[in-house]
Amino acid sequence: MNGAVKLSIMQVLSAYLFILILLLIVKRRGLNREKEIIISTTRMTLQLILTGYILTYILKNPNPFITLLVISIMEIFAIQNIIKRSKTKLSYELKKVVVFSMIVGTLFTLFYFILIVINIKPWYNPQYFIPLAGMIIGNSMTGISLGINKLIDGFKNQVDVIECSLMLGASPKDACKPILDNAFDSAILPTINSMVGMGIVFLPGMMTGQILSGSSPLVAIEYQIAIMLGILGSVSISVIIFLLFGYKTFFNNRMQIKREEL
Amino acid sequence: MFEVKNLKYKDILYIDHLNINKNSVTCIVGESGSGKTTLLKMLNNIISPDEGEIYFNRKEINQYNPIDLRRRVVMLPQTPIIYKGSILDNILIGKKFSKSEIYDIKEIENLLEKFNVNKNLNEPAENLSGGEKQRVCLIRVLIMNPEVILLDEPTSALDENTEDLVINYVVEYVKKNNKTLIMVTHSKEIAKKYSDHIIEITKRR
Repeated sequence: MNGAVKLSIMQVLSAYLFILILLLIVKRRGLNREKEIIISTTRMTLQLILTGYILTYILKNPNPFITLLVISIMEIFAIQNIIKRSKTKLSYELKKVVVFSMIVGTLFTLFYFILIVINIKPWYNPQYFIPLAGMIIGNSMTGISLGINKLIDGFKNQVDVIECSLMLGASPKDACKPILDNAFDSAILPTINSMVGMGIVFLPGMMTGQILSGSSPLVAIEYQIAIMLGILGSVSISVIIFLLFGYKTFFNNRMQIKREEL
Repeated sequence: MFEVKNLKYKDILYIDHLNINKNSVTCIVGESGSGKTTLLKMLNNIISPDEGEIYFNRKEINQYNPIDLRRRVVMLPQTPIIYKGSILDNILIGKKFSKSEIYDIKEIENLLEKFNVNKNLNEPAENLSGGEKQRVCLIRVLIMNPEVILLDEPTSALDENTEDLVINYVVEYVKKNNKTLIMVTHSKEIAKKYSDHIIEITKRR
């Protein structure tokens, strides 16, 4: 098979026609979104150009420290994003749980994937490590974000139910079980749903990329199946670690609900 | 059984000294906002005072494992809380929490009948009326067989006759089984009729 068709600068520029069309529509309809569209298009373009150059350098000079640096930056951005996206201000303890669950959940899955499932040598080969890390970290980030909001909503709306269970002698874990189950369910549902539509409703990004760059679709699906399972695993592990430690931050050492933090 | 010393909680509750005897029926009365529920919650260790001590059987309440204490001193909140599931699931949930799943179905049916709840145990509990929910929650506490029963206005949704019937039964049960009952009530008549001791809490102005 041939590699991807190389685009000339003019060809890439011609794709900006779509932005012009969008700007025209927005202006005609008086939607007042021109500024956002221009900013986001510019950001996307500059960020991707920068990433392109950085990745070129990293792929040419494989080095375990650089690979680890990249994954650390990804984790930091993902964790910041989770904290920023939560509907309410998170307590210091809950933030610590977010950091712990993200790092443990994603790294465990990533290293299992790299070392056992696809068995890449050397393990830090950035051509594999970085894109896989991106997908695993990104999906765990979305999972924990959903889990956090469901957990906080659950505590806010059902504080009387939890308190009643405690009054009846329930452990905090038993008292929170319905909320934790619901949060876990909401967090993994998008991943499960996307698995159902995969290959029929849409072709996932990684697979599309591989096919465009000339890989056989059969190789592409092998990778896609494996990464989907890895993503599901990573989301499940990060979210369950987050929930199992996260609910505890809503109780004090006398197993009383910290109502003032809700 | 309970001794409270120099207790202070926010701006709501100040108690210099209070004794509550074992095997007795004590009613707590007072206007709303005076801290009756707060006191009950403290005896159940659901909240802690800012200052002062609470002793249960001469031991500071914080020296007990909170879960063990709450299984011995069970509290029924004022708003009846209904869990997903049947009436039977709701009645058994307290026992489930304390991992003691042995129960006598006859006893439960008997209590439902005594409390005038004419429903099948397998019906979904959500369909019950407010008053029925309140009685189901009370049965939930009684079948846990705790040493101390803390009730927060357990009959607020009931008419006078049913209220009397229910309280009468609970008090009889407490006396017969050597339990201790501490009950918040809005009704001074109920307090006078059934309690051995009355604690009146006044609101600070």
